[in-house]
Amino acid sequence: MTISLTPETQHSVSLQPQGWLRYLSFSTDHKVIGLQYLICGFIFYLIGGALAGAIRTELLTPISDFLPRETYNEVLTLHGTVMIFLWIVPVVNGGFGNYLIPFYVGARDMAFPRLNAVAFWLIPPAGLLLISSYFIASAAQSGWTAYPPLSITTPATGQIIWILSVLLLGGSSIFGGINFIATILKLRRPGLKLMQLPMYCWAMLGTSILVVLSTPVLAGTLVLLSFDIIAHTGFFNPSLGGNAVVYQHLFWFYSHPAVYIMVLPAFGLVSEILPVHSRKPLFGYTTMVYSIMGIVVLGLIVWAHHMFTSGTPPWMRLFFTIATSFIAVPTGIKFFNWLATMWGGRIALNTAMLFSCGFIVNFVFGGITGVALAQVPFDIHVHDTYFVVGHFHYIVYGGTVFVIFASIYHWYPKVTGRLLNEPLGKLHFLLTFIGFNLCFAPQHWLGLNGMPRRVAEYDPQFTLVNQLSSLGALLMALSTLPFLVNVVISAFRGELAGDNPWRALTPEWLTSSPPPVENWKGEAPLVHEPYGYGMQPEELALAGATGSELWRLGDPDRRP
Amino acid sequence: MTTLTSSSTSVSEQQHEAHADHRMFGLATFLVADGMTFAGFFAAYLTFRAVNPLPSGSSYELELVLPTINTLLLLVSSFTFHRAGSALKRDNRPLARRWLLVTAALGFAFLAGQMVEYFSLPFGLTDNLFASTFYAITGFHGLHVTLGGLMILIVWWQCRSGGRVSSQNLFPLEAAELYWHFVDGIWVVLYGILYLL
Amino acid sequence: MRIPAAILTLITGMVLVLAGLWVGQNVNVLPVDASANAPVYDELFKVLFSIGTILFVGIVGLIAYSLVRFRRRPGDQSDGEAIEGNLPLEILWTAIPAVVVLFVGIYSYDIYDRMGGMAPLNDHSMHGMAHEERTWAGISPVSLDEESGITPLSVDVTAMQFAFIFHYPNAEITSGELHVPAGQPIALRMQANDVIHAFWVPQFRLKQDVIPGQPTLLSFTATRPGRYPIVCAELCGPYHGGMRSTVIVDEPETFQAWVNQNSPIASANNVTPVQS
Ligand code: HEA
Ligand code: HEA
Ligand code: CUA
Ligand SMILES: [Cu+2]
Repeated sequence: MTISLTPETQHSVSLQPQGWLRYLSFSTDHKVIGLQYLICGFIFYLIGGALAGAIRTELLTPISDFLPRETYNEVLTLHGTVMIFLWIVPVVNGGFGNYLIPFYVGARDMAFPRLNAVAFWLIPPAGLLLISSYFIASAAQSGWTAYPPLSITTPATGQIIWILSVLLLGGSSIFGGINFIATILKLRRPGLKLMQLPMYCWAMLGTSILVVLSTPVLAGTLVLLSFDIIAHTGFFNPSLGGNAVVYQHLFWFYSHPAVYIMVLPAFGLVSEILPVHSRKPLFGYTTMVYSIMGIVVLGLIVWAHHMFTSGTPPWMRLFFTIATSFIAVPTGIKFFNWLATMWGGRIALNTAMLFSCGFIVNFVFGGITGVALAQVPFDIHVHDTYFVVGHFHYIVYGGTVFVIFASIYHWYPKVTGRLLNEPLGKLHFLLTFIGFNLCFAPQHWLGLNGMPRRVAEYDPQFTLVNQLSSLGALLMALSTLPFLVNVVISAFRGELAGDNPWRALTPEWLTSSPPPVENWKGEAPLVHEPYGYGMQPEELALAGATGSELWRLGDPDRRP
Repeated sequence: MTTLTSSSTSVSEQQHEAHADHRMFGLATFLVADGMTFAGFFAAYLTFRAVNPLPSGSSYELELVLPTINTLLLLVSSFTFHRAGSALKRDNRPLARRWLLVTAALGFAFLAGQMVEYFSLPFGLTDNLFASTFYAITGFHGLHVTLGGLMILIVWWQCRSGGRVSSQNLFPLEAAELYWHFVDGIWVVLYGILYLL
Repeated sequence: MRIPAAILTLITGMVLVLAGLWVGQNVNVLPVDASANAPVYDELFKVLFSIGTILFVGIVGLIAYSLVRFRRRPGDQSDGEAIEGNLPLEILWTAIPAVVVLFVGIYSYDIYDRMGGMAPLNDHSMHGMAHEERTWAGISPVSLDEESGITPLSVDVTAMQFAFIFHYPNAEITSGELHVPAGQPIALRMQANDVIHAFWVPQFRLKQDVIPGQPTLLSFTATRPGRYPIVCAELCGPYHGGMRSTVIVDEPETFQAWVNQNSPIASANNVTPVQS
């Protein structure tokens, strides 16, 4: 009592802005931070998308005409860096992680709220720094991979700013990862077992382990690279006796796990969305958990598949081929589990579900091209071509970005208490899905037939296909419009959702929407079965009409 | 939202943060991350050694005496830090402070030794690949020692009677101690790889 | 008459597999093959294409089917069956991908071996190269010449911002385009002057990074006379996109004529510079 009356506390309270201004403050509320990540990330998505627009405009014609050649390289470097480090990674980790994880573990906040705020507030300055480098000097020109010796010989200012900003973002990511690990392992509500956590917790645990183990290596590497640029040491500079391939090893030791840092949380989010809208339990919870951990372990030992043409020794190529291919096994388990979750359900064909299914389709495509790329002889032909560009956009966009959209449609009512407009949502999905496939599917053909990546000019025989691809990009850009309109209008006019519009069972829905400051008015609910949907077969009167004979094999003893 | 609820937020946050277990856990996780930075450096160094020959005419010779003394200094300092910790647990603050000072002194002696070594070595930062790697790794480690030394001094100050750190609030001391052991451990590996190998 | 679901599934599966195999064999998305290892590569491609098609179409089909078949009718508030797992099924879909990737991995190893990728490099120093210098692995010529008994034609390749320079050491020709005879193994000894470049001929299905400080060996046998693009595939600066050249595959006689025309020594004394 006395505490809240002391002038100091009153002072600190009045310093914390209320209302929307909270979102511009150093708030330590995990829900505020989560939304800060989301909105900040989305702004950078628009910037990254505009840069992609510049790329696709340049590539409308086979000659370099729209942008100067240096600028093209700056644009593609910024595009890759912004999309990865300022959009995908912060949003699927920081954004949804901060919003959801405390709910899922039954906590009122993250383990280290202040560290959490620090982690977020590293991002906007880092992003601004990165973008501003384009205006103050010239931005980095060596791609998001920044391979030396190119990165040592291109204009130094831009490259150094790029390094600084990536270091800040890496720091943010590490702080976030530590926080997630501590929250998931240490802040669980008493009585809640690890194997009862919603799947997204497991995904974030795996992701955070990868973040903590691999991001520091990138940081160290970039520090060495900056020495090469500023102090003229020769770590990675062959003309000074250094070794450029060592940089590649170190870089990919981070950046391969980084691709799972971008996709594991998305896997987790889909695992939350699918059961709710299919009205069935998540299929194969235990194998899901093991496959996440399997991906984490395998993810750490496959990095050199990005270096099959870098003159690595044959045994190394062989090892990395096999290890990489095997990632298809745990990933496949997850996909089949999702399909089984949907099978025999009562599937609501709403936007969240459509984007989730779009994700499965796109990701399987990207995953299959990934397994092809993992085969050394195959990769030797298509490495550094548009085939690879196609592969990873199918995964990062068709996979993760689709999941981000699905999640926004799914959790918007949680955050605002209002539903998003469904017809607009479906329009958004349709435009995105068509535009996306039109943009990136033809790129596989381009790569196979001889178009390298990172070029501003190309063989005229590829003009038509490139124009198709650019048309797809235009559709994707247009698809953003209905989405933005929807999100803004629905915040004020949207249909009231009630606390739990989806009749979901995960803990975040067992409180009001939007949730109160400390998540629950009373004690946090203890949710032993976050996926306890579905009727027992006996209750199911029309079992024969809906369930399929195939699934009848499941033995009922496995049910808890 | 009322003022009351938000003030209760900050109170419960403090409760969260006051939970020493989680902070130690967080620190340990951070040290794993930090360790990975070193692991990256070591891996780079080992690969350089395996693949890149020393350019003809350049020298990369390390003296062993000083670094060995330095290693001993750090090892002893880990022990003295431990003594400080147990003294504090027994509520003997003056003794704890004395041990802390000894530890800090050992740390700074190490840094001084490192400086002497830097100035006596026949090669500079940009002379060759191994020289650069040597300075980068030992420098990065030295940075850690400096930070640790400063942390020890801060804890030393907080241990004064009436200070924040006591047997009731061991966290700052324990955190600094864990960090210090970590830095020592890294040095031992570093010594093995850079000097002995 | 109701056909049992198991049989329907089986038939769908078989149709799917057949369709996948057909697609792999008959849909051609690759450029023309012009080197000895290109057909080998294309074999692998067809297998991967078939497997990929089967998996992709199968999964998309399953999703589409589920979305239609199990969609929620208006007003339906009921749940699906509470099935949380099924051990035999889970084992099945762990085992199948495992077997598939294991097969693919071993098969592509075999392909790679046939392309000459697994041959050790450092115990076979370059033909005619006096000094022992460490060479990095591209696709190595060793397996090629052991089988055929023909000595490869060596060409030194220098990559720089933003051009390839080809030098024929025995004929003392320096050229901006690569001329090679069909049917004879070629050993490229590649070196980069400034930053990393990559030598890529799509019609040969071959690519090798050219990394400064690491002389790298790449070898191939061209089979189909014609002109094919040489593309630099590694970002190397503003004009990376313009860093292209041409490889001209000639019949051996035409190639010899080209050599004789251009070589200062070949015209002086009538040696056969092709022998290295
Ligand atoms: C989120 C990002 C993400 C994800 C998840 C992945 C996933 C995978 N990636 Fe991808 N990749 C990138 C992002 C990503 N990638 C990026 C950004 C690059 C380019 C970087 C650059 O150079 O700029 C890249 C490049 C890249 C390369 C290097 C290409 C080159 O430069 O030459 C390779 C090679 O092995 C590869 C392989 C794989 C594999 C095997 C997977 C696997 O994890 C996929 C596994 C999934 C499936 C296989 C589908 C589901 C499984 C089943 C349905 C089971 C049955 C399947 C089989 C039996 C096959 N990727
Ligand atoms: C990680 C996520 C991610 C995402 C989401 C995207 C999204 C897109 N990318 Fe991305 N891309 C990368 C990551 C990503 N990319 C990476 C890592 C590289 C490699 C870089 C390198 O080589 O170093 C790359 C490279 C790359 C290339 C190859 C460039 C080259 O090699 O020369 C191309 C070419 O088509 C491309 C296109 C696109 C397109 C059309 C989109 C679209 O999906 C974008 C759609 C979104 C929009 C169109 C935004 C809509 C909004 C507006 C347009 C409003 C206007 C905005 C303002 C007024 C501020 N990208
Ligand atoms: Cu040379 Cu690109
Ligand atoms: Cu990878």
